[in-house]
Amino acid sequence: MNALTLPSPLRALLRAVLLALFAFAIFGPLLNLFLWAFAERWYFPSKLPLEYGLTFWYRVFQPRGNALASLGTSVWIAVLTVFLSLAVAVPAGYALARLKLPWRSAILLVFLLPQAVPNLPVYVNIAQVFYQIGLNGTIVGVVLVHASHGLVLAVWIASAAFASVDVSLEEAARNLGASAWTCFRTVTLPIAAPGLIASAIFVFLESLDEFTGTYFVGVPDVTTLPLLMFNASMGGNYQIASITALLLLIPSIGFMLVVERFLKADVLAMVGR
Amino acid sequence: MNGQTSAPRWHGLALAAPALTVVGVFFIAPLAMSAVVAFRDKAGGFTLEHFSKAFDLYTTDLLFTLAIVLLSTVLIGVLAIAIAGYLTLGENPRAVALLRWLYRWPLFIPFVVAGQVMRTFLAKNGMLNHVLIGTGLIEPLSAQSLLDWRGIVVAFVWKQAPFVTLLLAGAMASLESQHIEAARNLGARRVRVLLDIVLPQVRGTLLVGLVLSFVTMLSVLSVPLMINPNSPTMVTVDVAYRINTFADYAVANALCLLSLLLAAGGAWFYLRHAASKAVT
Repeated sequence: MNALTLPSPLRALLRAVLLALFAFAIFGPLLNLFLWAFAERWYFPSKLPLEYGLTFWYRVFQPRGNALASLGTSVWIAVLTVFLSLAVAVPAGYALARLKLPWRSAILLVFLLPQAVPNLPVYVNIAQVFYQIGLNGTIVGVVLVHASHGLVLAVWIASAAFASVDVSLEEAARNLGASAWTCFRTVTLPIAAPGLIASAIFVFLESLDEFTGTYFVGVPDVTTLPLLMFNASMGGNYQIASITALLLLIPSIGFMLVVERFLKADVLAMVGR
Repeated sequence: MNGQTSAPRWHGLALAAPALTVVGVFFIAPLAMSAVVAFRDKAGGFTLEHFSKAFDLYTTDLLFTLAIVLLSTVLIGVLAIAIAGYLTLGENPRAVALLRWLYRWPLFIPFVVAGQVMRTFLAKNGMLNHVLIGTGLIEPLSAQSLLDWRGIVVAFVWKQAPFVTLLLAGAMASLESQHIEAARNLGARRVRVLLDIVLPQVRGTLLVGLVLSFVTMLSVLSVPLMINPNSPTMVTVDVAYRINTFADYAVANALCLLSLLLAAGGAWFYLRHAASKAVT
């Protein structure tokens, strides 16, 4: 063993204390949010809410409430973003993985930019252009902004998924007389499907959680859940903000729990390439 | 490669074209527009007036932004090395498993939610102060709100450190364990093994994670808006203010270009290190 001076009970204690501190750093903020979501009244200087209840939950979930409408808007935008992103990213990913491409490195650079450059200038100017052509405050405008960012992830993951399909399987299908399209449809696509589903989940989550682009392009008519949460929080309504934040946490944490099934080494190795 | 189909080159280009168009029209064109608008005066001529105005009004905020993002990046790096290092070299399997389960909860939590979470947690009446008072670490009267630059840094580190740790722990796990074991058998302490043997081999992954985090944090609007909207604040808040209050796209774009410059600094740092790594 190494020459640490601490005896082992002390080391065990130190380890336990450090882990407890770390657990507090991770869960303390989340617990605070959770308390706010169920607090009826909570004033300074009381440590815990004075009264718990579900009044604000009823208010959030009332049939004609803003929150349900925002949730609907958010999910609808995210679904459209996934369709648009995958519709253009799957062919592009296939081309990057399998076909000869002229200017390959320039194309890779284009698909790197949206993740590698601060997005604020893009949102600012796109909002100005969209305002002039009447796309500001429309679902289409927000979907286009989300997709231009999300499809980059989709291209990377789709390309990794196609690259991991064994070429000999495709050759076997072609030798048996399948056309290129049949071969893609019946061999390549099913094998690459898990990777494509992973990229769809990524794009969906990214769109669901997106704030800055929607903040500039969505105003005044498109209120997604993150914007609703932000407005409630800035208006001082911590209960509504915390409840909507909890709604946003469900998919994020759900994905975190299963992420290793999707984030295999081949995808992680792509990061930063 | 043999497996590549014999399709002509334009097939690939045709397949990539729709995606390239979307990125080109809705990302690269607006980005280029930023450079045009920032340098154009009302008559359409070239001017540096918007930049001098941006510097007049927001020099403090530019420095504030750089300081916050740099400090956050350093803290994220230190935490990621410590956590990933313990996950790789830790001897107590239970502690390793617990840490592995713990560290990634904030991984996919959106910035806007992290902002809201920290807004309540770090407030004067937040849970952090109550716990500090309850454990006798601070006096009730000395409790203070951390919702200033410290709050932004905490929110950034809380949200981004798991991401860099995930990348780093993955890279460390794929290292050959023989070197590590050999060093341990020779009696090297774990900290030495981590810093001298493990870390140099995963430096590239660490840098990629940190540069991506640096760039991401530079363009986050929600966290500074929610935690510290008053001056001095981050440039993103100033950009939103110029646009929402004055519809002043020129100065907003000048500020955007300046933050792009900061990001380019990060990228340059990465490329320099990547190059020096390739040489050695």
